[in-house]
Formats: sequence, C-alpha cells, structure tokens
Amino acid sequence: MGTFLAAGAVGGARRPLAEVQQPKGGGKAGGGGKAALPLSMYGELPEGEIAIEEFERFALDRLRVLKGIDDLKVKGFRPDQMQEKVTELWERHMGAASREERARKDVVSHFVLRLAYCRTEDLRRWLIAQECDLFRARFRELIPSDQRAFMEESQLPFRPLGQADYEDAKDDLAAVAASMGAHQVSNAILRGEVQPGSFYKVPFEQVPDLVATRRVLLRQGWAYVSKDQMSSLVVQPFRAALSKALVVTARRWAAVVAPEEADRLTPIIESLSQRYLGPDFSDPEKRGVVGSVTAGDIPLLVRESFPLCMVSMYGALHEQHHLKHEGRMQFGLFLKGLGLPLEEAIRFWRTEMAPVAPGEKFDKQYLYNVRHNYGKEGQRKDYTPYTCMKIIGSTPGVGQVHGCPYKTFGQDSLRAALSRLQVAPAKVEEAVLKAAAGHFQLACASAWEGKHSCACDSGINHPNQYFEESRKALEGEQGSDGGAPGAAAAGAGAPPKTPAGAAPAATRQLQDVLGSNGAQPSGGAAKVQRTG
Amino acid sequence: MGVQDMMKLYYSRLFPHQEMYKWLAYGNDGKHPRSDAGYFQRREFCFTLDGDIFVRYQSFKDAGEMAQALKDRCPSKIDIGPVYNVDPQRRAAYQGSGQGFSPVERELVFDIDLTDYDDVRTCGKEGHICGKCWPLMAAAIKILDAGLREDFGFHHIFFVFSGRRGVHCWVCDERARKLTDEQRSAIASYFAVYKGQERGVARLALSLDDHPAVKRAYELLRDAFEQRVLPEQQLLMDEQQSQAVLAYLPTDGLRDAVRQRWRGVTDSVQKWEALVEVVEEEAKALEQGNRKAVEGQRARKATLKCLKDIVCAHTYPRLDMEVSKKMNHLLKAPFCVHPKTGKVCVPIDPENAWEFDPEGVATVGSLLNQLNSMTSGAAAAQGHEAWRATDMSTAVDTFRSCFLDSLTAEVKAGLAEKARVAAAEPTLAW
Repeated sequence: MGTFLAAGAVGGARRPLAEVQQPKGGGKAGGGGKAALPLSMYGELPEGEIAIEEFERFALDRLRVLKGIDDLKVKGFRPDQMQEKVTELWERHMGAASREERARKDVVSHFVLRLAYCRTEDLRRWLIAQECDLFRARFRELIPSDQRAFMEESQLPFRPLGQADYEDAKDDLAAVAASMGAHQVSNAILRGEVQPGSFYKVPFEQVPDLVATRRVLLRQGWAYVSKDQMSSLVVQPFRAALSKALVVTARRWAAVVAPEEADRLTPIIESLSQRYLGPDFSDPEKRGVVGSVTAGDIPLLVRESFPLCMVSMYGALHEQHHLKHEGRMQFGLFLKGLGLPLEEAIRFWRTEMAPVAPGEKFDKQYLYNVRHNYGKEGQRKDYTPYTCMKIIGSTPGVGQVHGCPYKTFGQDSLRAALSRLQVAPAKVEEAVLKAAAGHFQLACASAWEGKHSCACDSGINHPNQYFEESRKALEGEQGSDGGAPGAAAAGAGAPPKTPAGAAPAATRQLQDVLGSNGAQPSGGAAKVQRTG
Repeated sequence: MGVQDMMKLYYSRLFPHQEMYKWLAYGNDGKHPRSDAGYFQRREFCFTLDGDIFVRYQSFKDAGEMAQALKDRCPSKIDIGPVYNVDPQRRAAYQGSGQGFSPVERELVFDIDLTDYDDVRTCGKEGHICGKCWPLMAAAIKILDAGLREDFGFHHIFFVFSGRRGVHCWVCDERARKLTDEQRSAIASYFAVYKGQERGVARLALSLDDHPAVKRAYELLRDAFEQRVLPEQQLLMDEQQSQAVLAYLPTDGLRDAVRQRWRGVTDSVQKWEALVEVVEEEAKALEQGNRKAVEGQRARKATLKCLKDIVCAHTYPRLDMEVSKKMNHLLKAPFCVHPKTGKVCVPIDPENAWEFDPEGVATVGSLLNQLNSMTSGAAAAQGHEAWRATDMSTAVDTFRSCFLDSLTAEVKAGLAEKARVAAAEPTLAW
C-alpha cells in the first residue's frame, strides 16, 4: 500500500503546495485537538493502512460525485450554478461516521483516483476538470473564517484592497459587477455600502479564469478580485498542483507501481478509469479496426451513421472541395477513429480536394496535414479524435464549418439538415428544442434516436461513439431482419457486451453506478452532518 | 529579379541584425557580468527555405552568427519560436533525460488577419488589402494597445505589418514572456468579444452593461466605425451588407422603419445616422412608455444595444486565438519580406495606426533601388549600415522609438539592480 499511494502523491514532494501543508501545531495528529479544516490541498499522503475493499469503495464513491458533476456540466450548468447540487452529491456519497473518518475518505479516494486517472492525457484532463469544480464548490461551502484560515494554511495570503485604491477603482468595480448581472452589488458599491476589504488585489496571472471571462477589473496588471470570487484564487494553485502531480504520477505508475502490483491493485485501478468517459478513443486499440473502412465506404457511411457535425463537414468538403485547417483536423481525426487507414485517408482527401488542389498542389499543401493527423509528421503524435466537449468548445469563424451544428446552426437550417438526414420528424423537433436550450449533446442523442428508431441509452459524448452505436444498432437490425437462426440470432439477442474476461467486483460495481445513474446504492454511506 | 533573388542582398545589406539581436537578447549579450550569456542561444528560429522547406530548431550564439546564417541560407521566411531550457539544436541530448526539452519563455503574441473580416469587407476578399479595409486593422491595433497597457500593465509592445494582409503584435515584458499557456489563453479570451458567426449574425460577448474594458473599446470603435469604416467601406450602399446590418435590430417594426427612412438616401454615413435616429427614438419611446423608471431604463438600454452589436460585429478585433494561446507557437519575425508581395514586415507605430498605408509599404525591390541609386560616397558615409540611406531607416527608427529604446533602458536598469543586490550581499570572505 505504501508504495502505491506514494506514487499517487509523488508530485507533491516537489511542488510548492506540499510544503504549504505543514501541520500548524504539534499535537494535532491525535485527533483530539483542534479540528482540521474540512478541505485539503492534498499535499500530504494519508497515513496508516487501508483495506483493499475500502480502497475501492472510497474511490467508487468519489467517482459517483465526479461523474455527477460531469453530468451537470453536460446538462449545461455553469460552475456557479452547480453549488447546491455538488454539495448534495458530496454529502450523499462521501459521508462517514466521524469528521476524521470523512477527512480520511476524502484524501484516500482522491489519491486512488489520481492513480486511476493519471495514465493518459484525456483521463488527466477529465479528472482535473471535475476535481477543480468539486474543490471550488467545497471551498465555497466553508464559512468565511474557515476560508481565510484555509488560505492562510495553504500560504495563499491575499491582501485586501486599501482605502485609496478602492476609492479610485469604485466606479469601475461597480461597472464590472453590473456587467455580470449583479446589479444589487453594483448599486451597493456606488452607494458606498461596500467595504474596501471586500476586494483583493492580486497579479492577474493568478486568476486566469476570471480574466478569460472578464469577470474581474484589471488595472495595470492587477486583478481586483471580490470576496465572492476567492474560490478562483484557490482553485488556480489547486489545479496547477494537481496537473503537475498527475504527470509525475503517470511516470511512476508505469515504471514502478503497475508491474509490482500487477496481481493485486493494477486491475482495480485500471477498471476504475475505464468508465465515465465513454469509450477512450485516444487508445488506438479502442478505435475502429484499422482497415475496416475504406475511402469508398465513406459516402454510404455518411448517410447511415455519421453524426450531424461530420455530415455537414463532409457536405462542405464535397461541395467546395476544401475545408479549413480546423475542419480538416476535426473531420480527419474522426475518419481515423473509424478505422480508415492512412493510405485510404490520403486517397479520400486527394479525391475530394482534386478540383481545387490537383496533384502536386495537394501533395505540397495538404498531404503533410493528413500524415500529421496520423502521427507521421512533425511531433509524430498520434492525435486523438475530438470529443463532443472539444467540438462544442470550438468557435468556427467566417467560412468555417467545424464545431457542433447543434450550437452553430440556426433553427431553420438545423431543422432542414436533420430532415435531409432522414431523422423522424418528431425527433427533429425534439432535437431543435434541445439545441435551442443549449443541450447540444442531448439534441444529438435525439437525432440519433430519430434516425435509428430506438433509444439511445448511453447518450452521445463523442462523434466516434455516435458512429459505433449506430453501426451496432444497424447490424443488430440486419441480424433480426434476416431472421438468421442459431448463433447469429443468439448474438443479436445477447445483452450488451461486458468488458472481455471475467468481470471483477470493481466492474460490477461500476456498472451499478452507471446503471443507477448515481442513485444511492443500498448499504451506502451514512447521512452526513455538516461541519461549520 | 524575383523576390527570392533579391533576398541575399536584402539580408546582407538591409536587414537590421543588430536591432533584432538587441531585442531578442534582452540584455543577455554577455557583456554584463549579471547577464545570462546562453540566453540567445536557447531561442528557436525556424527558417523557411526555397520550396517551402521548414527548418525548425535553429539557434545562434550571437548577432554575427545569426547574420551569417541569414546570408548563407537566405530563408524566404524567418519564424521566431520560444526560448527553451536548453539550446534547441542540442535538444536530442536532453529529450528523455530528467529535465526534458521544453519552452520556458516566449513573447505574448497576437495575430489579426483581414481574411477573417471577409464578411464585412466590400473592397475585396482573402489576400486583398487596401486603404479601405486598413481602418479595421488600425482599430484592432488601438484596442489591443490600450488593453495591454492599461489593463495588463505591459509596456514593451510593438506592432508589425505581417507582409500581406494583417498585423502581428508582440508583447515583450518579462512578465509577458513568462506567462503559462493557460494565462495566455485567458488574455486572448479577455480580448475575444467577437466569437465567430452563428446563425448569420456575429456572436458577441456584449451585455446591457459592459465591462470597463469593453466600454472603452466600444467608444473607440463607434468613432472608428462612423468616421472611417463606413465612409471607406460604404457598407450600407451594398444590399447584402445592409441586410446583414438590419438583422441586428430587435424587431421587424424597427427594420421597416429604418428601411423607410433610407429611401432616397445615397450615402452610407447618412444611412447610418438615419438608423441611429430610428433606434434612439424607439428607445426613448420605450423608456417613457414604461411607468417604472428602472424598467424603462432597461428597455432603453436593450434597444440601444443593437447599435453596439452592429459596431462591434463590424469592427471589434477578430483575433486568431490559436497563435496567442501556446508558448511554442511560431510567429513570423519583423523585418521579414513577404515572398509574394515583396513587402517588408515593417513596425507600425500605434499612435499613427490610422495613417499607416499598407499599399505604400517598402518592398525589397524599392529598397534595393534606393540603395543602388545612392552615390558611392553616400554609401561609404553610411559604412556598414547602408540601409540608413533607404526607407528602411524609417522602419528601424519606428522599431526603436516605439519599442527597443525603452526596452533596452529597462533591461539595463534591471541588470544594474541585480549587480547592486549581489554586491550588497555579505560575503564570508573576511
């Protein structure tokens, strides 16, 4: 166990925040002394032994919380709107009998998940995103004096704004508050009812999230952060430390721990990370079998199984014989994910672009790009097909067609595009409504259902997953249509495949989580009382 | 003589090596005892050679070595990359070792291209640039310059014509060079009020009450739109462009009223004035028609917002975000020559951004002509720096006065301070 968690925390020893987490007094460890704060920067390893069952159970409970947070975001909640729900998730899943027990569960589960989610860039990104949102919400739950104490303990001492500075910036501070819709705050500032101490002056580098969304006043390189935004100040160092630690952990895990623990912990750890992201298309083995798709298959597959974003890009490419760089990345990597081999990809792009980039021009300007996508040029990185989140996050400029059509299309063009795709009319309306409400992935799932006339249980979180689900559904249909006897019929009727091999306890439990959609499992955690 | 043939002469007689070195060494020229002598050597240069061959990870010991390489290899383009933790030429030796090979410093850069404004330009498309669309670039320069200085507190900033259809901005303060990728993204987003097109209209991060930075930008852009963009582009004389503008109005009633008022008007500026009048009348009527003062004000603001939308949709800087987000993104060096146009990437003084003439930019051909027509006596008088007698001297002077001189002064002061601190430290040698 020792080595194991040490790998989880190995980054901690090097980063500044680790030094920050020194216990304040000497006699605290016994547990009888002054209560520690119910939030941690996870700078120190948990001590003592952990039973293997606990190890897994704690991690699963934390995963339920993180998955819940991810679901909220998919539903369109912004971080500032999730506070109550996240707190509720936390209390439901991460409770324990005593304060010490709860703190231990928090720290242990965090370190186990570091191990489980350190191994690829996608896993790390997912974990960091959810953990930061969780951390922010938990920090906000602290009462102000605890917030201050936490910042002091983490050596993040931010100075309140001085009177003169405040007077000088007052009007602009009010304007910033108004621009965020906080009119009451804005008016209170203007009426002089707000104390200068309600703002902190910090270098802008420390609050990139507030800078990026213009939720803070900037003057000469200083950001004027309000008391309510203090969570941004602590989330930043938390994110940086976690990000660094995960990279180091990944190295240690692969080199030392995984081989040593091959029989005992490795299977648990690996199964922990297999869920919650949908299929992992960054792993070449999880993609379509290379060679299963050829350039000639694409037009048919477009009609049958491509999600709308890819259909519209194929359409643009086919009509204009050109896609801009971002489009070529999004579409090209998607095709790679289907199992289109490099030679076929080159053939496909060359044919489609021939009218504007014949022969040598294609070789000169675009061949590099296609080969690059397959990791054959430049950094030789095997680029991962884009996820829905990434696609939704991109902003196509003039003349660009990438991005998520449920977000970028007008209602009329969306309706027309879905009808052309032969989506059932009722589902077209459903999709248009969901898109208009900002639920782009749900809209996409509706379209999928309208096209395949069956329910889409897994939701859509990746264009390649859309495609795979579609192929599965279509093949299942063919199987039963043909009325094939024997093996084929049995295959079609079989329940959804479970991961190959015997399902260990972890997998079963994970499926519990997935199936129950975060509902409280029987024998779950005790009700938690809140700490002040 | 094609552009490529002239490049050899350009690099040997016109290119300002000394200034480039002085900039990129940031005082680390080995002369000062407190300077970091290996600093310049760790900077990546990327040459584009004849036939679009990219040669990355070039590095040079000093100005002399850089000048020699330029003369010998005659790149059609020079890109500047980050400063790495080790000499990029020897990166192979460090890859996989404990410290790895990674960028540690890089100017904060911005790239704005007129291509991204094609939907609001009437004078041309894609690679086209002229005095009629230049105001769009000038406005972008003004907004960036103000934001970077006032909001972020940067001082060492210069703008440069990118050679064909846009502008690059380099922010060189030490603090800017040390920004992480995340912080770079944040700054780019801070400036990204224009977020692409959606459903036929621009997506803009504007609200009824704007952030002070957006308010400052809007005030500047409104003037630029009315006084420069509209008269030059004659947007409202173009039916398609007029439709696009009307799409920002909140109601069909307003659209009809504006169309009515436009009858017989044959000038864009007058049409705009008519539109503003109609919208303002409507806003006033709504405010007075509302019994509650707060709601009335809100209704007025909501109606007036469409004016803001129109101005910002047409003039707000459209940044190429990807360039700014990553420390290791390459960007073309100033004083390069564009291989197609032959134009030199000359610095632009933000104070005179409106007056800059993209069509009158010195080309490598015009500079060489000036050089040739000089009497041998005049050339001799200039010694090595023959370019001083050509238009290159204006370009280099702009670079110095807007940027390099104050940078050098600050760097010097910084080194002196370091030396003072070091001297003041007690030593054990007593």
